[in-house]
Amino acid sequence: MHTALNTIRTTPILSVKTESPTVKTYTLKDKLCAKAKPGQFLMLWIPGVDEIPLSVMDAENDRVSVSVKAVGDATRHLHSMKPGETVGVRGPFGNCFTEASGKILMVGGGTGTAPLLFLARRLAAKAQRLSFVVGAKTKTELLFLNELNAVCTEQSVITTTEDGTYGLQCLVTEPLGKLLAETRFDMVYACGPELMVSKIFNLTEQHGIPFEASLERLMRCGIGLCGSCVIGKYRVCRDGPVFNAAQLSEVKSELGISKLGFDGARIPV
Amino acid sequence: MSHNLLSTSLAGLKLRNPTALASGIMGYTAESLQRVVDGGAGAVVTKSVGAAPRMGYANPTIVQANCGLVNAMGLPNPGIDEFVEEIAHAKTILQAPLIVSVFGYSAEEYAVVAKKAAAAGADALELNVSCPHVKQTGSEIGQNPRILAEVVAKVKEAVQVPVIVKLSPNVTDIAETAKTAVKAGADALTAINTVKAMAIDVDTALPVLSNTRGGLSGPAIKPIALRCVYDLYEAVETPIIGCGGITTWQDTVEFLLAGATAVQVGTAVALENPNVFHAINRGVTAYLKKKGYGSVKEIIGIAHRT
Ligand SMILES: Cc1cc2nc3c(=O)[nH]c(=O)nc-3n(C[C@H](O)[C@H](O)[C@H](O)COP(=O)(O)OP(=O)(O)OC[C@H]3O[C@@H](n4cnc5c(N)ncnc54)[C@H](O)[C@@H]3O)c2cc1C
Ligand SMILES: Cc1cc2nc3c(=O)[nH]c(=O)nc-3n(C[C@H](O)[C@H](O)[C@H](O)COP(=O)(O)O)c2cc1C
Ligand code: FES
Repeated sequence: MHTALNTIRTTPILSVKTESPTVKTYTLKDKLCAKAKPGQFLMLWIPGVDEIPLSVMDAENDRVSVSVKAVGDATRHLHSMKPGETVGVRGPFGNCFTEASGKILMVGGGTGTAPLLFLARRLAAKAQRLSFVVGAKTKTELLFLNELNAVCTEQSVITTTEDGTYGLQCLVTEPLGKLLAETRFDMVYACGPELMVSKIFNLTEQHGIPFEASLERLMRCGIGLCGSCVIGKYRVCRDGPVFNAAQLSEVKSELGISKLGFDGARIPV
Repeated sequence: MSHNLLSTSLAGLKLRNPTALASGIMGYTAESLQRVVDGGAGAVVTKSVGAAPRMGYANPTIVQANCGLVNAMGLPNPGIDEFVEEIAHAKTILQAPLIVSVFGYSAEEYAVVAKKAAAAGADALELNVSCPHVKQTGSEIGQNPRILAEVVAKVKEAVQVPVIVKLSPNVTDIAETAKTAVKAGADALTAINTVKAMAIDVDTALPVLSNTRGGLSGPAIKPIALRCVYDLYEAVETPIIGCGGITTWQDTVEFLLAGATAVQVGTAVALENPNVFHAINRGVTAYLKKKGYGSVKEIIGIAHRT
């Protein structure tokens, strides 16, 4: 690990964009994080409040963006911050998605769509086919529809809502059985709630299709030291957050089942 | 063959090599500890565990400094009643000695936790009387000779396994603390825990760590730790485990020459990776061969001038 990456850099928020009633995208100036690859994350310091891991949603020209859902103290505080206010960043950390070619399927749930949008933008030019299934509880929480339609061509974006207010009324995993049976994909990528990830992993395993997923665990150090983020023998912050099918098989007894809590005890996911 | 050169023993523990994982690093689960043993560690020390669960401090809990890290995790741990299961599981898979680090807020509490850890299968215990950033435990215990002696004596009474006492550098004379621990029954000493430190962000004019104060680890503290080990070697007969900033085989050899029987590696697991132990062991082996030594035990303390 390069210590420069881990050194905290304070930087002003350049812009804030509202994506949904609960999600906002923050763009910051940071040369190092601007070099992040899809799948990598950064540690965002909200001065005096907390420091939290966030996946990079976009990165170019000295700028990096993250999309944040307000779920608790830190994220709600961040949602009250405006352009010009100061935050700190360190990173980018972790590994990245392998950039596959051929026929590609991405499945995003909630803010898990953010790193996949970043990946889709990078892969669109060379992919033979790029399909995206994106899901949310309700229409207003569907993220990045315009962006995804622009990157993937409209026909290849499938939307699902649990309450049926937009697209198909079902879970995001529902359309996959048919999709995977119809088309021989070269790679499936997923990011979102862990039960979703674990379901998709099982499906791709049945079809024998390469699979990569980005996982979340409690993170403190972000650099592979403290052990808070382990799943099996892996540290999600350092060996992940992206894991392939072979690695996910090794951690099946924990995937979608258990994680370490703030006190290091094993708790349900 | 190289294993013979490196194999050693420490307070009755047989080690395939003189390297161990330091407490608080990848130390919560059996699989995580196994990963470090696969990376070459001769022994592993768990995260410090207490009588009750602790959530630890809010983030930021670590901050990068020049040549080191300042951390104040706040001893997050599941409590011994939960952790005994992890200890038992670890014992079934680990091919190296399992040392459980314990802390408490009183001598009785140290003894209770130690007893449960030993009963669950710990091969040895390390008493954390040196954490610099949690009140009423850690270094607040280690700095008070009367309480320190009581803690060590009570734990010794409670368990049969070797008891290692981990010392703080944040004292006037570490040799005096060591003598107190040894007199009370310590079977080995680890030197050192982190050095009291902090970091302030100039832009926001705020301390970075949520706990404000923390402890410095990594290459920055290596010379401090080395001096501590050198002094301890002259002050006590008890085996010493050197710890602080060790990253390379050269660092390791330096500590052995200063008088350490073994070393612990913490921060370097992140600066490098869990295979850092293999790299160290390869280097130490090559050094011993080049210098014509038959065992790593032959170089312990030879830097001391008589
Ligand atoms: C690699 C990674 C990438 C992530 N990317 C995004 C993203 O792009 N957008 C987004 O909105 N969220 C993302 N998260 C989740 C985000 O970090 C948490 O929502 C945030 O930390 C919650 O903090 P809080 O104080 O608002 O909520 P709290 O009330 O403190 O916690 C709510 C829940 O968030 C989780 N959480 C809290 N603290 C941490 C922590 N330090 N590390 C990990 N999880 C934590 C826990 O599950 C907790 O139960 C990511 C997490 C990880 C590990
Ligand atoms: C993140 C972190 C957590 C630590 N937690 C503990 C702990 O729980 N108990 C303990 O005795 N020492 C703890 N330490 C101290 C280390 O075990 C070690 O003594 C110190 O870091 C110096 O060694 P190093 O420079 O190789 O890291 C911790 C250190 C770090 C960096
Ligand atoms: S967050 Fe500390 S090891 Fe991953």
